[in-house]
Amino acid sequence: MTKYKENIMKAVFFTAACTSVLAAALICLFLFINGVPAMAKIGVFDFLMGTSWKPNNIPAVYGIFPMILGSLYITAGAVVIGVPIGVLTAVFMTFYCPKWLYRIFKPAINLLAGIPSVVYGFFGLVIIVPFIRDCFGGTGSSMLTASILLGIMILPTIISVSEAALRAVPASFYEGGLALGASHERTIFYLMLPAAKSGIMTSIVLGTGRAIGETMAVIMVAGNQARMPDGLLKGVRTLTANIIIEMGYAAQLHREALIATAVVLFVFILIINLLLSLLKRRAD
Amino acid sequence: MQYVNKALKERLKSYRKRPVSLLLFLPVMISAAITMGILLLLTGYIIVKGIPNIKPDLFSWEYSTANVSLMPALINTVLMIAISLLISVPVGALSAVYLVEYAKSNSRLVRIIRITAETLSGIPSIVYGLFGMLFFVTTLGWGMSLLAGACTLSIMILPLIMRTAEEALKAVPASYREGSYGLGAGKLRTIFKIVLPSAMPGIIAGIILAIGRIVGESAALIYTAGTVAKIPEGKDFLLDSTRTLSVHMYALSSEGLYLNQAYATAVILLLTVLAINSLSAYLAKRLTKS
Repeated sequence: MTKYKENIMKAVFFTAACTSVLAAALICLFLFINGVPAMAKIGVFDFLMGTSWKPNNIPAVYGIFPMILGSLYITAGAVVIGVPIGVLTAVFMTFYCPKWLYRIFKPAINLLAGIPSVVYGFFGLVIIVPFIRDCFGGTGSSMLTASILLGIMILPTIISVSEAALRAVPASFYEGGLALGASHERTIFYLMLPAAKSGIMTSIVLGTGRAIGETMAVIMVAGNQARMPDGLLKGVRTLTANIIIEMGYAAQLHREALIATAVVLFVFILIINLLLSLLKRRAD
Repeated sequence: MQYVNKALKERLKSYRKRPVSLLLFLPVMISAAITMGILLLLTGYIIVKGIPNIKPDLFSWEYSTANVSLMPALINTVLMIAISLLISVPVGALSAVYLVEYAKSNSRLVRIIRITAETLSGIPSIVYGLFGMLFFVTTLGWGMSLLAGACTLSIMILPLIMRTAEEALKAVPASYREGSYGLGAGKLRTIFKIVLPSAMPGIIAGIILAIGRIVGESAALIYTAGTVAKIPEGKDFLLDSTRTLSVHMYALSSEGLYLNQAYATAVILLLTVLAINSLSAYLAKRLTKS
């Protein structure tokens, strides 16, 4: 009887463990079944490299190249802004922060990580957009605004992962550096940071993933014009924004083209995941 | 290891002889100041603008364009959290039990589960939302509903619950299990009476993190749970369309008509995040103590 129960429960545990695999398979299946035929119908090249997106024209034109570029530019901008600040803040927290200040800094970073993206978007809308409008002109909803906002949003990811990487470097490295006569700063920048390289790279890749997948905050500040990005101060539309803005009223091929947009986004995420696992393997 | 060994004054003095070190020291300080400054600006601005706008009207039971009440959204958020957790916590905890207690650590299945869980945790919420719309809303025919939203979210938080539960189970000392076996308990009894209870604080910490994600989620919900600002009621309440607090906040700020109420909603969201963070920090502290 007990043996019987043990086996049944083992099967239950096993089924639970398979749920996540099933979920991932279902997600891939539904996205690809609904998205790939549309890509084929539009023409893979026309879809991926087409420079205009006009679903309301007759005949409709579905080219998502502007959105691909938009996502890549904004993500690159976010990385350029967020990575230096994030990594250096992690250096501060590990090597400079006195204990009393650390007790404030650590929860502060956790708070930044927990703030919902709509609140970030709202913050961007009421602070960064007017600021850019006043300083540089234009409408304020632009590639630059979105990059700054995303740069802020990826900070907590970069800071906490980099900090963990820096703390994982053996203290003997630091002591060795000092013993050779190098200053605190030189030891940190020439010994500790290179030693924590793979962890810091991981933090950057994680941040990139978060930036490219971000939706709500971006649509509130990026302007969302579906045209080729031209200039930092012009509006752009990202892949994520394209999906959420038009999904509400899209039908037929238009709808499928939006799902195909998600497939492209999904492929980007898979590439990022692949990078992550390569980094992890190298760290081991 | 504590690296901070010099007082600031002493350090500044030593830079006089070492200009390169000063050059490296300054950006570090500036970056830390920027990070802190951003947080203070964000929270400060929202709190200053939001607190005066928190009025009793915002908490009236029914939403109308006159009071722009956030009460229905607040209750929907709680419902959404409850249903999502009801689905994903048992699944996540049980699968962690399988991974830790049953599976051989390098079997092919375990590797596949790890890889899929990692992939799932990297997928952006908009993709979850789209999947939820295609699968739960359209294919299963639930329409935009509380249930469709909760199912979408429970898939989204599953990797998080799995990972934290797995870590918690692994942290249970092997001697506990051996002691239990030694007293004649079977594997199942050991798992449910010894291992799971000892891992509970860690599992709860994961649940709290998951609650944080649900509260903040909006992109995955707009096309799965919809945006109706009403508390679901009646027999089929699971199939009613609902908006959570984050979606409510998005609706308010994108319409642009109710900025004041949006500030107030932002304050409520910030306070929720703060409460969730403090709770998990408290739990983490208790965990490391024991």
